[in-house]
Amino acid sequence: MKEKIRIASGQGFWGDLLTAPVDQVTKGPIDYMMMDYLAEVTMSIMQKQKMKNPALGYAKDLVPLMERILPVIMEKKIRVITNGGGVNPIGCRDAIFAAATKLGITGLTIGVVVGDDILLQLDALRSKGVALKNMETDENLDAVRDRLVSANVYFGAKPIVEALDRGAQIVLTGRTTDTALTYAPMIHEFGWSWSDWDKLAAGVVAGHINECGGQATGGNFSADWKNVPDLAHIGFPIAEAYPNGDVIFTKHDGTGGLVTVQSVSEQLLYEIGDPTKYITPECVADFTTIRLDQVGKNRVKVSGVKGKPNTDSYKVSMSYADGYTAISTLTYAWPDALEKAKKADEILRTRLADLGLSFDEIRTEFLGLNSCHGPMAPIPALINEVVLRIGVRGRDFSAVERFGKEIAPLILTGPPAVTGFAGGRPKPSEVIAYWPALMPKDAVTPSVIVETI
Amino acid sequence: MRVQLLQICHARSGDKGDTGNVGLIARKPEYYPVIKKYVTAEAVKKHFAGVCLGPVDRFELPNLLALNFLLHHSLGGGGTVSLMNDAQGKTLSSAMLRMEIDVAEPLSLSARAYV
Repeated sequence: MKEKIRIASGQGFWGDLLTAPVDQVTKGPIDYMMMDYLAEVTMSIMQKQKMKNPALGYAKDLVPLMERILPVIMEKKIRVITNGGGVNPIGCRDAIFAAATKLGITGLTIGVVVGDDILLQLDALRSKGVALKNMETDENLDAVRDRLVSANVYFGAKPIVEALDRGAQIVLTGRTTDTALTYAPMIHEFGWSWSDWDKLAAGVVAGHINECGGQATGGNFSADWKNVPDLAHIGFPIAEAYPNGDVIFTKHDGTGGLVTVQSVSEQLLYEIGDPTKYITPECVADFTTIRLDQVGKNRVKVSGVKGKPNTDSYKVSMSYADGYTAISTLTYAWPDALEKAKKADEILRTRLADLGLSFDEIRTEFLGLNSCHGPMAPIPALINEVVLRIGVRGRDFSAVERFGKEIAPLILTGPPAVTGFAGGRPKPSEVIAYWPALMPKDAVTPSVIVETI
Repeated sequence: MRVQLLQICHARSGDKGDTGNVGLIARKPEYYPVIKKYVTAEAVKKHFAGVCLGPVDRFELPNLLALNFLLHHSLGGGGTVSLMNDAQGKTLSSAMLRMEIDVAEPLSLSARAYV
């Protein structure tokens, strides 16, 4: 067994810093790199892309990135684990194989995890008694069944570990818990038992720290952002994992950012609920047992994590089409900037009413004043300029589209000293609403496909 | 003494659907009992009046000198439904740090409180 393994974080979301994964594989030693591409609504975007072109439906950025780093990871034997396969991990694999062939690379083994996409099996599952009620509102799925765009099960680390055990150098998944991308290599390398709850929980905690990239290493750092060194060249986190479950977080030497108890604490608190019950498919981690120690410069040790047995359910993430929104902005300058913006808002609302257009919601915010903190933000005496931001949401596409045509006229038919309408009419964008559900684990089985070229 | 949380805490926030989460972290171990005593779920609900339209849950993480708050119905429906500029609640953290508390106990604030 290896004394330790280093699992680097390469992407915290689809759209993250493109140089980060390149830095991770070139600027120092690592054994694994995980990359998270999937937010809650990302799968619906990918389903739409796949509907238009059956070869797509994965994180397209991943292919040029892999083309860039393939020679390095082949030479250094770095293994890459990512959920960037989206709703078409096989198509993603084929594109990466094609890139490898173009580079003259042979002997590349890619493992693909499939089975999480249950969109086409929904009715069969429901006839077997899997209700898929909304776990937050308890609503019946019938309410949105005909508008569903995606349905994916959150698998855990098990299929990833299987792919690694079978020799995959790259593992591509669809919907998988973000944390599994980090702790699957620990289970693969250290042979942890699937009932060693404390070690599994330690892996989950490491995964939570890794999964948002630079947010653990000085990015979005509330404690002391002015003194974070060289954010322009921020180093993403690296989990140095040990067989006993201890993990030391660090980053490559020579990179910017920082790794401190404060930076890691902020990330640990990001998007959590009850800290004693962080539920994953493999265990329930207790974040109130985590111990953090600064053990060196840019080195934070994570230890003491306790876990509890897993539950009988997988979480299912579904999304459905729920109308349209359009949002637009206009900038008003001194004098009386805020009064002008408020008057423009009033004129616009009057015109929308005169047209007989109705919306589920019209929302006005004043950027620069209170769009972030609302009534908590005091209004200053002198306002140099303010951005009127107005948005509508409704089921009627044509009403939302018509709203977009009512913005530009305000420039010549509303209050003066207005600018900032260079982007053209706002186009309606489809609202994709989220439907979380639970399903029994025995109702679905992941499969792992491993191939070599 | 009246203390603004900005002086003694740092914070991070995020979203889960229409619920915002705010992790509030004491800058020093001696500040943790203070925030635990004064930054109650009720006080936070009052602070976020007009923003948080549902209940507030509070969880304690003494190991991280932290409190975690869930602010239900705070994000205009959340996700792509929301028309808010900050639909993901990223700035709820700094909104939390605006909060002021009246502390009965003696409290030593560093000269450079906001480091």
